[in-house]
Amino acid sequence: MSAPVATPSPSAQALREAFGADIERIAVSCGDTIVYVRRERIHDVLAWLKDSEGQEYDYLTDVTAVDYRDPERPLEVVWQLRSLRRKADLRLKVALDKSVPLEVPTCWDLWRGANWLEREVYDLFGVRFAGHPDLRRILMWETYQEGHPLRKEFPLRGHFSRAEQTRQALAVNPEAHYSLEELSIADAYRNLPQDMRERLRRGERGGPE
Amino acid sequence: MPTTTDATVVSSMSPSWVTTRLDFLANWARTSSLWPMPFGTACCAIEFMATAGSRFDLSRFGMERMSFSPRQADVLICAGRLPFKLAPVIRRIWDQMPQPKWAISMGACASSGGIFDNYSMVQGIDTIIPVDVYVPGCPPRPEGLMYGILLLMKKIRGESFTDDMLRVETLVGPDGLYLPPERIDELSEPFGNSVSQTRST
Repeated sequence: MSAPVATPSPSAQALREAFGADIERIAVSCGDTIVYVRRERIHDVLAWLKDSEGQEYDYLTDVTAVDYRDPERPLEVVWQLRSLRRKADLRLKVALDKSVPLEVPTCWDLWRGANWLEREVYDLFGVRFAGHPDLRRILMWETYQEGHPLRKEFPLRGHFSRAEQTRQALAVNPEAHYSLEELSIADAYRNLPQDMRERLRRGERGGPE
Repeated sequence: MPTTTDATVVSSMSPSWVTTRLDFLANWARTSSLWPMPFGTACCAIEFMATAGSRFDLSRFGMERMSFSPRQADVLICAGRLPFKLAPVIRRIWDQMPQPKWAISMGACASSGGIFDNYSMVQGIDTIIPVDVYVPGCPPRPEGLMYGILLLMKKIRGESFTDDMLRVETLVGPDGLYLPPERIDELSEPFGNSVSQTRST
């Protein structure tokens, strides 16, 4: 068998035609096409890939990030897309210079599933997603003080001594994040059906007459 | 003279005979129905389930009744690694268990952090709760866990209610720890392969 030909996905060429110089680089690795996009345009590119005819990347497989050991090398945020109908994959990357605050726009408005994925990237890498509705830690507890553990400058055993880590961990209320109290009344009100909201606004407390 | 001899005999023999018989009775009852509170977080819990299953059959030791409420449990079995995020949880479960209570640390990760010498993992649950029996292994075979349980039973048979320190609750103190901080640092020292781990500062 001959080796697989490293041809980029047709979507890469289409992106180049649609966005021009905002597509920085196109690479093929292990048969997967990787498209490097300028940070300012990533939301437009994602929306275009999702909605335009012939692309239809309707499923966001993953949002993640890579921090390389070379401190000069930028941190990369990665979006892995899939078109369920066309059975095609595409990987997008944005390189973030570490000397400025790490921020990219959220794609939560395109795929609701991005909510927790972006929270995970924020938690472990410290990348902020502008426009995210609820950007909090998701794996580490919310009062975690030591920083973002998957960054390469983060020491493997953490910044604090084991005794201090134990003290901070034991100070956490284990029920604080897993209860209904986390859901504020205002949030719950917004999610209620329209007719129930109307009845609550009229001050009605029981069921319909 | 006979009266003093009798008094000596009564004072030295009689109470200790009574206490040892009472201890024997209480310890017999306790060892024969240890209700485990399984705290299974990882692969050790699979071995724990195998131990509870029909082949190895924990019910031979009166332990078939898993107590998923800490309030009816006698022995906490931490089967698996314990991240710092779960530390307040296991501490609360331990505090909710009534005396008499014991703890078994099952497996390398629960006992020492195991291969997870990193930012997120408790380096041995004895920095969080007092532990009676450590079962080594990664994960321990069911025979290993049963050996640990038998060791715990042996320990319980040796208990005496005249021992004042036996049922003292070690609560989390005002400094937020139940051990002195330097003791926790000492217990969490890297050992084995992680000593040569250089990425830690």
